Amino acid sequence: MEGHQLQHQAACMRKALFDQGYLDDQFLQLEDLEDEANPNFVEEVVKLYYSDSARFIRNIELTLDKNPFDFEKLDDIMHQFKGSSSSIGAKKLKTECTQFQEYCKIGNFEGCMRTFQEVKQEHAVLKKKLESYFQLARQAR
Amino acid sequence: MTVEKIRGDNENSDNFPVGLRVLAVDDDPICLKLLETLLRKCQYHVTTTSQARMALKMLRENKDRFDLVISDVHMPDMDGFKLLELVGLEMDLPVIMLSANGDPKLVMKGVTHGACDYLVKPVRIEELRNIWQHVIRRKKFDSRNQNKSAEHVKSHHASREGHGSATMGNADQSGKFNRKRKDEEDESEDNGNESEDPATQKKPRVVWSIELHRKFVAAVNQLGIEKAVPKRILDLMNVEGLTRENVASHLQKYRLYLKRISSVATQQANMVAALGVKDSPFMRIGPFEGLGDFRTLAGPGRLANAGLSPYTTGGMLGRLNTPANVNLHNLTPPALLQPTHAQNITAIGEMHPILSPTNQSPSLFQGMPSSLELDQLQQNKCSTGIVNFNAVDDSRMYTASNAFTDTGTAIGSSTSIVNGIQGTPVMLHGNSQQTLSGGGFGCHSSHNMTSFSLESLTAGVNGSSNLLDPGSIESCKVQPNSVLSTDPFHSQLPLNGVRENNFSNGSYLHNNPVDISTTMALPFEDSREMQCQESLVGNVQNITQTPSQKWCEQGQNYSHSSKTTFGSSDSYIPANGAVSPLSRSMGQDSEIFNQKTGMFINSRSTGGASNLMQKNENEKLATESRARSNENFLLEQPKSRGFVPRSYDSLDAMMNAMIKREQDEAIPNCDFGFDDYSFGAAM
Repeated sequence: MEGHQLQHQAACMRKALFDQGYLDDQFLQLEDLEDEANPNFVEEVVKLYYSDSARFIRNIELTLDKNPFDFEKLDDIMHQFKGSSSSIGAKKLKTECTQFQEYCKIGNFEGCMRTFQEVKQEHAVLKKKLESYFQLARQAR
Repeated sequence: MTVEKIRGDNENSDNFPVGLRVLAVDDDPICLKLLETLLRKCQYHVTTTSQARMALKMLRENKDRFDLVISDVHMPDMDGFKLLELVGLEMDLPVIMLSANGDPKLVMKGVTHGACDYLVKPVRIEELRNIWQHVIRRKKFDSRNQNKSAEHVKSHHASREGHGSATMGNADQSGKFNRKRKDEEDESEDNGNESEDPATQKKPRVVWSIELHRKFVAAVNQLGIEKAVPKRILDLMNVEGLTRENVASHLQKYRLYLKRISSVATQQANMVAALGVKDSPFMRIGPFEGLGDFRTLAGPGRLANAGLSPYTTGGMLGRLNTPANVNLHNLTPPALLQPTHAQNITAIGEMHPILSPTNQSPSLFQGMPSSLELDQLQQNKCSTGIVNFNAVDDSRMYTASNAFTDTGTAIGSSTSIVNGIQGTPVMLHGNSQQTLSGGGFGCHSSHNMTSFSLESLTAGVNGSSNLLDPGSIESCKVQPNSVLSTDPFHSQLPLNGVRENNFSNGSYLHNNPVDISTTMALPFEDSREMQCQESLVGNVQNITQTPSQKWCEQGQNYSHSSKTTFGSSDSYIPANGAVSPLSRSMGQDSEIFNQKTGMFINSRSTGGASNLMQKNENEKLATESRARSNENFLLEQPKSRGFVPRSYDSLDAMMNAMIKREQDEAIPNCDFGFDDYSFGAAM
């Protein structure tokens, strides 16, 4: 019973993530790749993502602090960050990244700062959600 | 970095694509891991690395270790495109680009650098399931190309040389040709040896990337364009995996290109070079769009620039060479056209100058490919060349004129074209020169152009400027037999010249067709020949061969701006009689041509041209050509137009054909072949 309940909970949580736009089809692809050979593939990838993306965030922060402002470099870093995020299916995050890049292109410092805050926030929110989801999913197994 | 053991070949061949050996390169660990898993899921053997240098090292250690490379575009230690180039050059493996950025410009860049595919992150498994096709495709085409190119090189050289001497009549030029030929022949021999062992020694496909071409140009400049020999260039360039043959063929194209473009062209040339020689399909990308630009630009001669950029690659250059002459302007007055096919043919024969297009072609192609839509051209082997030319012609004409000046051949016409086009019927003469009377390459075209333009001009053909001022054209006059003679076109030669350039500046339209056919007669084996044929149709019908579509488009385009550019296409004017190969196309071409010309005429002068056309004897020719003209060509155009269009058609057709030829990868040296075309006719 409990198992079922947990499973059900996990499923709901998962669905919510999709419905609320946090995740997209790419996440499904990751799930598809999970099999006997790779039982925890999705979790592994997400973990890897979070350790790697922290690096990106830090880089952007450092670049934002520098003077004069280097939009190109920012755009560059963000491009990579966006690539990673899209690989795990982080939908909202991807949108924020694109927005950030737009501001970079037009050289809008204010816009960049603002958007970056949102990026950081989304990043953190998604991380928490995914963590609890995985935890639940593992328990439910 | 994980390394997987490479299984035996047996596994690969038995169960392909299972076991496909892929090397994945991406600095992003998440993407790399994902990619690896996806590939494994497809049952491929995957080796991953996050550093491009490491990837290169692995590839160099054992060229047979991998079947395919997937690389990210954005990497810290090396640009993905650079890696792509190197892999393509050294190992000749298919490379797939990967990027989070799906901007078409980047995709285009990838393609021009030689990527066989471009995937956008996040990658899906369905996309990866099909990547094995690239491996098969490359294997197949590579071995075929290698053998073919060797053969072509030899045959081309031979034919070219013969013609070259005939038309060029220039000691230096012939000398150059001879020298080139020798070099190339040597190379072909080398290649021949190599191709004996395709499995062990796959000749890397040369992608003339921007960087590579830059090196090439630097080497050439260092040696001096006149003294630049493939061997020395190769030594100077010091690029691994590049053979003398590659350099030689590229040099040929480059020379033609230079002729075609003058100062303006420089930019374009770069673009072309950058594009490198690509498969015809690739080149085809050029579509007409460029043409449209040309047209509009046509007036001022700006086209050249516009058109050129899209030009995909050297390949095109080579082929285009001939069409360049397009200067068709010559709308060769009815008188010229008059000569029934037979006459035309003969006329064309005299014209040979048409050949000059080769010079132009380089420029022509540049513009053309993009506009002409090489694809279409390809269809008709010949037609493409022609088509291209047409489109290019317009632009080319301008550029060509410029280009020619490079060589100092007096392209003058090009400039004059612009001037002349405006409606100076006389111009035609000059136009031909554009063609390239340029020295080495095939200035022949020059002659044609003038003749045509003159004619057309006289006809009243829409001023399309094609007709370069006779005065300026002087240089062009060089070859054109009678055509150039300022007399305007009527003389028929214009056709010849025109053909080559296909530029058929509008004016050429009518009269030229006749000439063109002759030139076309050249028995080119390549598509070019075909093109010629088409153009030869005598009616000046557009070289129908080349995808008529293109022509039509071109014609249309031309029509607008027609001012100047028309000439080119029309120049094709298939000689109908003269060229046997052409004859095929000719029949149809004539039709097309007529139609085409009709187009031109209509658009251009808003009927002015058409009037002219009708007046011209062209009608006669037109009908003839019609029958002959190849189907494709501009058939749409009102046949009633009269002959005037004819000239165009042929020119265009020629151009297209020419272009097509170039496109055809098979004939790497096609470009050179163009010379032959014009010559052929001349004969």
